[in-house]
Amino acid sequence: MAYKLNINGKTREVDVDGDMPLLWVLRDELNLVGTKFGCGVAQCGACTIHLDGEATRACITPVSSVEGAKITTIEGISASKIGAKVQAAWLEVDVMQCGYCQAGQIMSATALLTQMPKPTDAQIDEAMEGNICRCATYARIRQAIKQAAGMATADTREV
Amino acid sequence: MDDRFQPSRRLFLQAGAAAGGGLMLGIGFGAQALTVIPDAPLGLYVIVPSSGRIRLVSKNPEIGQGIKTMMPMLIAEELDVTWDQVDIVQGEGAVKYEPQFAGGSMATPMNWLPMRQAGAAARLMLVTAAANRWGVKPEDCTVKAGVISNSGRTLSYTEVATEASRLPVPDPATLKLKDAKDFAIIGRTHKGYDSPRIVRGEPIFGIDARVNGMVHAVFVRPPAFGAKLVSADIEAARAMKGVKDVFVLKAADYGDDWMHGLKDGVAILASNTWYARQAREALKVEWDLSGAAGHTTELYATRAAELMNGAPVKVTTDQGKADEAFAAAKTKVTADYAAPFLPHVNMEPQNCTVHVQKDKVEIWAPTQLPGAGRDLVAKALGVAPESLVIHMERCGGGFGRRLENDYMVEAAVIAKKAGVPVKLTWTREDDIANDYFRSGANLRMEGGLDETGRITAFRQHAVTYSRGGEVAQGANVDARGFAAIVAPNVRMGESYIETPVTTGYLRAPASNLLAYVSEAFVDELAHAAGQDPVAFRLAQIEAHLAAHPVTEAGNPWNYNPERMRDVIRIVAERSGWGRKMPEGVGLGIGCYFSHQGHFAEVAQVKVADGFFHVQKVWVVGDIGSTIINPTHAINQVEGSVIDGIGEMSGEITFVDGAVQQSNFHDFPMIRMPQAPQIDVHFHITGFSPTGVGEPALPPVVPAVANAIFAACGKRVRSLPIRPGSLA
Ligand code: FES
Ligand code: FES
Repeated sequence: MAYKLNINGKTREVDVDGDMPLLWVLRDELNLVGTKFGCGVAQCGACTIHLDGEATRACITPVSSVEGAKITTIEGISASKIGAKVQAAWLEVDVMQCGYCQAGQIMSATALLTQMPKPTDAQIDEAMEGNICRCATYARIRQAIKQAAGMATADTREV
Repeated sequence: MDDRFQPSRRLFLQAGAAAGGGLMLGIGFGAQALTVIPDAPLGLYVIVPSSGRIRLVSKNPEIGQGIKTMMPMLIAEELDVTWDQVDIVQGEGAVKYEPQFAGGSMATPMNWLPMRQAGAAARLMLVTAAANRWGVKPEDCTVKAGVISNSGRTLSYTEVATEASRLPVPDPATLKLKDAKDFAIIGRTHKGYDSPRIVRGEPIFGIDARVNGMVHAVFVRPPAFGAKLVSADIEAARAMKGVKDVFVLKAADYGDDWMHGLKDGVAILASNTWYARQAREALKVEWDLSGAAGHTTELYATRAAELMNGAPVKVTTDQGKADEAFAAAKTKVTADYAAPFLPHVNMEPQNCTVHVQKDKVEIWAPTQLPGAGRDLVAKALGVAPESLVIHMERCGGGFGRRLENDYMVEAAVIAKKAGVPVKLTWTREDDIANDYFRSGANLRMEGGLDETGRITAFRQHAVTYSRGGEVAQGANVDARGFAAIVAPNVRMGESYIETPVTTGYLRAPASNLLAYVSEAFVDELAHAAGQDPVAFRLAQIEAHLAAHPVTEAGNPWNYNPERMRDVIRIVAERSGWGRKMPEGVGLGIGCYFSHQGHFAEVAQVKVADGFFHVQKVWVVGDIGSTIINPTHAINQVEGSVIDGIGEMSGEITFVDGAVQQSNFHDFPMIRMPQAPQIDVHFHITGFSPTGVGEPALPPVVPAVANAIFAACGKRVRSLPIRPGSLA
């Protein structure tokens, strides 16, 4: 089946099975490899993309379900003002260890800040809980989100 | 001389094992230094073109530890260039760069001197070239930001590069290196060199490699350790959409030992990863499971209990008179501990891309140990090792898993047989089912105290695992527990359960398990003595020091009781040790020496609804005189602490050789809400700098276990801790 997809503002065409997950369409068919494979079962968040602005796991999203939707991947996130701010904060805070999870983290964080410009620590926890960072850069992810939001970066959770 | 004060040799060998078996042996700093600057243009590590930007080569695998940024910092410092003047290139996996690995937290101690020498040697050659042109002495020239000056005239590095490359390479021993006070790059934060590319989603990881004409592969391995392939019906899979080829591979045909290389299996090649995975469902494979039968976690536990009640099969340490001292002790404590098998689960699943060509084999791989991969692939393909070109791609995590190159061998064999370039990508399920696990172990700990509370006797019996009759890889039990170090009478032994399961090295190997058992047991001893756990440890160290003053204080490789004492004192101070805690909240301490680092950590833990939540961890570490790149050093410590806490909830279990966990739903990972606040402090000492990828991990596990005891009175004598189990 041929599908017309709107990815990062461009129309791309693919001819694949309708149940093929968007993740593999992006990575293998379109060579947009910024979106990462981590688990394939919506447990890790490495494959997070935006579907009409909503953080979505590409690994369980059949390509047949996204025709007509606006798909944004890490390669296109800098076009969003908030996305660009999040990327800049990630670099300023020097979040990365291996970096493999970070595309997904940035996509989740951008979706969070789009909906909640000044999230609390609890809201950050809730929004980011689906994104595993095996290297455990969680403290810096929290800090970078707050920095991108223009908030004080101290951790306010109970100690 | 008390051997326990001179563990440098033992540590060295252990570090070698951690890096993948034998690799480190015989490597001295001298040999390393000699390879610093070879022939043209200026060397392996410094490339100064006659026009354009200076390039510095980072030779070690980047697995997230920040080595690609840190190692070139050492070169740049002595080269006298500014950071924005240089580009960093990843060295390929090649004999000329060996030793080349990410393991054992060894990069800093092994490269602290040679990489600075590389920069200094290149600088001297460039300065000499300029001095020759001017007819002056090199000593009369100065350098600033890559520009050489003498009496008002200047030449840039690039202008003299060609002449410099023809000069003899200076003897590294004659080079004068900078005083620490003059460092302009070392000791200052330099952010991840690749990070801008990562936030843009550029192809940079192994899994992102792409070669013209490549097909995507999956490899279906035996469903259990010890199982072998009998036959496979591949026709249905062949007929599936997108499938290009399906074939059976037998380990025996590739000279494998079922440990590091190929296993029996079926390769499926398709136009994309998804189609290959779909076709997998259509395969019908018959496996001989007889070799896997009985390798079940519950049966292992029964066997461990039997072995525990007998004498150790092998006595590993016997010092003083442990039995007599234990019998004579005023207070005796005996406790049984257990810790499970654990996986690595790098975020980036194992993968490799291979293009077999007429005269060479090109490999794109995330690997921590390219040399071992080269040898394995050469053997499996029957080609000369020199015909392999290994592109070292950025690794989406290492944790010791990529000291193994099994996926590299698989991809190479598949690509050769298929006759096209192949990218092999494991599923997460493949990864968890086919790991080289941190071995589990059961330990009986026995300690005897005299009337003052001094530990006089210590006995330890560890039941661990063997494979093929030898101690399984990485399954040796570390001998550096606190009680074993301070007690005058010590006996330690091991017994083994035979297993077909492949085991290996998980971040801070051996230490990640023994630190927990040993330091939790020390906490039990402190309470039995009626003493505060911090005061108890300090008293033991002082008593030990009084009997055995430190004689090799200048040796950064040694366990040094004075360094340990100091980090314990400082962490107690920073954490407010001894303060009154609210109901259900406790503080616990753990300290451990591993990978040349002395670390003490205090955890503040809240126990509620039968489970634990770590609120904050204070870390004090002594890794010597210089924190080369503070941002990454702190990131490593924070990651180690959270990683260690996560490990307390994880376990891998087996039924008839088959791993029972499959993905992150049944092997849960630590996530954002569970990650505590962390206070990191490096205690700066005069010792030469050592690594920090691992030593911060071991102490956090017992610190948390001991804090749980302080919070609710429950001893955590076995891991994992399950939700509800602390009620
Ligand atoms: S790969 Fe999609 S959530 Fe893990
Ligand atoms: S930085 Fe390595 S998994 Fe997040």
